[in-house]
Amino acid sequence: MSAAVQRFFGSDLWWSFTRSPITMVSAIVAAICILGALFAPVIAPHNPFDLASLNLSDAFKPPAWHEDGAREYALGTDDQGRDVLSAIMYGARVSLLVGLSATAFATLLGVSLGLLAGYLGGAVDGLLMRICDVQLTFPSILVALLVDGVVRAALPREAHDQIALFVVIFAIGISEWPKFARTVRGSTLVERNKEYVQAARVIGVPRLRIMVSHVLPNVLGPVLVVATLNLGLAILAEATLSFLGVGVPPTQPSLGTLIRIGNDFLFSGEWWITIFPGVALIAMVLSVNLLGDWLRDALNPKLR
Amino acid sequence: MRKLLMAAALAVGLGAGMAPWDADARSVRWAASGDPNTMDPHSQNVGTVTMVLQQIYDPLIQRTQELGLAPGLATRWEQVEPNRWRFWLRHGVKFHEGQAFGAEDVVFSITRAQQPTSNYAIYVDTIERTERVEPLVVDIVTRVPDPILPNKIASVFIMSRGWSEQHNATRPQNTRAREEMYTTRNTNGTGAFRLQSREPDVRTVMARNTDWWGWAEPASRESNITEIVYRPISSDATRIAALLSGEVDFVLDPPLQDLNRLRAAPNIKVTEGPEVRTIFLAMDVHRDELLYSDVRGRNPLKDLRVRQALYHAIDIQAIHRTTMRGQSVVTGTFFPSQVNGYSAEEDVRLPYDQARARALLTEAGYPNGFEITLDCPNNRYINDEQICQAVVAMWARVGVRARLNAMPLAPFFAKIQRDDTSVYLLGWGVPTLDALYSFQSLVRSRDGGQGNGIWNYGRYSNARMDQLIDIMTNQSGEARNAAIREALRIYREDVPHIPLHHQMIPWAMRSNFTIPHMANNQPYFRWARMN
Repeated sequence: MSAAVQRFFGSDLWWSFTRSPITMVSAIVAAICILGALFAPVIAPHNPFDLASLNLSDAFKPPAWHEDGAREYALGTDDQGRDVLSAIMYGARVSLLVGLSATAFATLLGVSLGLLAGYLGGAVDGLLMRICDVQLTFPSILVALLVDGVVRAALPREAHDQIALFVVIFAIGISEWPKFARTVRGSTLVERNKEYVQAARVIGVPRLRIMVSHVLPNVLGPVLVVATLNLGLAILAEATLSFLGVGVPPTQPSLGTLIRIGNDFLFSGEWWITIFPGVALIAMVLSVNLLGDWLRDALNPKLR
Repeated sequence: MRKLLMAAALAVGLGAGMAPWDADARSVRWAASGDPNTMDPHSQNVGTVTMVLQQIYDPLIQRTQELGLAPGLATRWEQVEPNRWRFWLRHGVKFHEGQAFGAEDVVFSITRAQQPTSNYAIYVDTIERTERVEPLVVDIVTRVPDPILPNKIASVFIMSRGWSEQHNATRPQNTRAREEMYTTRNTNGTGAFRLQSREPDVRTVMARNTDWWGWAEPASRESNITEIVYRPISSDATRIAALLSGEVDFVLDPPLQDLNRLRAAPNIKVTEGPEVRTIFLAMDVHRDELLYSDVRGRNPLKDLRVRQALYHAIDIQAIHRTTMRGQSVVTGTFFPSQVNGYSAEEDVRLPYDQARARALLTEAGYPNGFEITLDCPNNRYINDEQICQAVVAMWARVGVRARLNAMPLAPFFAKIQRDDTSVYLLGWGVPTLDALYSFQSLVRSRDGGQGNGIWNYGRYSNARMDQLIDIMTNQSGEARNAAIREALRIYREDVPHIPLHHQMIPWAMRSNFTIPHMANNQPYFRWARMN
């Protein structure tokens, strides 16, 4: 174990990380966001889901540094007396959960199909890549809206709240997979003609086995980069859907939901209800994206 | 190439011709949060529907700016016998599609409003039959003497018999069964404006009916509106941004949090006043097992103590101060003082008392509370969803775990009208300005009688209450007043509803637009003016 740790700190990756202050700041911000979200039930000052703890007379309290603010509510309260800071921490949980799950789903689907297309080639390749082409002509948020709308129309209203989270994950995942498929297919086309693959083929290793245990490990590097960059996009897509009111149910507010609710009070002077969730969303997406950028550069030998 | 240039020039020319700065066109762009869920004149007795339909359809008797009665399609009316009202109809009126208006249209429309699929039965409940006496004279025969019939008839729109028969719309659309028919999207009235185009949830355009009989009346003579463009904008911030940027001229329901800012804004004015509308929570007191709850085999809401507990748990002052920003009149009864029959002695709330609420719940056998689902519209009343959120939190503090099911008005009304609810928030306006309207619709047993319990989706039923309501229907004078007082007392003691408040209704508009502020929250563009 310690050898592995030592190897990591001796690696090029770590070296390039220590040389980039922006990346280090992003990593710290991302870590704060992720830890804050992860441990929200432990460290959040209030539980915004515990209705019994809400008091309507605490509603619309400005942030603590404001003269009317209360120390108890660092970033103020919303129209129902919920603590904005706690709501952000719980909301970030939902945003991250949806972002990570949707990216994992898109990665799984995209990598499998890309591998198949690249290794098998021919008609399979043609069909899969044309589907990719068609889907890439639509903005991904449109695809997500379409999927979401169809699923909602097909299912009874009562079931919406229970499955809303899965619908959003599926909708975002399905709208992002072509990028992964494209990336993996490209790398697979290069790898399949290399000697180690040909050698495996000659000694009669089954095709599936070659794809999974020989080609796959060698095409995963670029996937990691695409996945990191995609995480930010998935979080944004979820926020957009929730802002439009078709995302996660209001009982589990994500950052997008919080921004939408607060938006009604933006013009009337209660700016903190929408601005702080917005800032949190920006911080989260920006730091993840900067990390993804750095990873792409660090893993690309041409850019060293 | 030259052809192309000419085509382009022509297009530009045409575009200029249609531009909005045309001097004579006085188009008013109007926004509110919700869209009417039908254009059928007898299917949904809901303010959001009538606010559009009353521009297009006329009743026999219309309301004045003070909510009094004035001649509409009938020029005069008289109770010729105790059970017979006679209406003399206006000459020379034509429907928008050209049909001449006559007695058979009135007979047809009133009979249509009596059909089982009608939601307007409350206005025609005492009517036995409608008779054509002469081409322009109609008699309405009532089962019992009905002194307030003209007040009710003022809410029944008149449509063309020939047109309705031609389009297979002789009975009102059944919204409960999610039915769609010709009248869902098409209209043919006699009113001041005609429906020009309708895209549900997007845009409804009405154009001035220059042939309208009423343009010569003093109140309408000054009106110069030629077109009404209605757009539902459900987001508060977007609706107000549209008003401030000049994209709309008139907002019927400006969000309360923005009133101060609107008052301070140049080119914007706010008119305000109380509305004859009460917001309350109604409970299912009929079923033996509550829907959407974790209580099995019994209905906690049937227990008076549970209803009282839910009532005691509500901090109405906090809702008044924070959610309504002071723009409400807190009440303990279900109609405001403008309505005939109001009694200040009965307008008393159960006090806000969490300890008492918990004690009552324990006494009733629910020391740990129970689960329940609150159905709530989110674009019908002022801050409706926020009120429901606040109520849910207040109930949670006494142990009742309520789940909030907030939805737009079309699915909301369809749901509660199927009795598919255990607790719901409703706002009730009283267009007749008489207590009977509220009693009969909201707390009368649903026994099949016309209009009885037609909005009583909690199915409250009390034999004495029914007797008193029948007295209100049949009798007048002191006997009637005594019946109303006693019924109000029973209402307060039985807690079929938890009353919350009467709405205050601010309207916001560009300062070059004038429209009389109406206590029924209905804009009448026939009296409006754009400078």
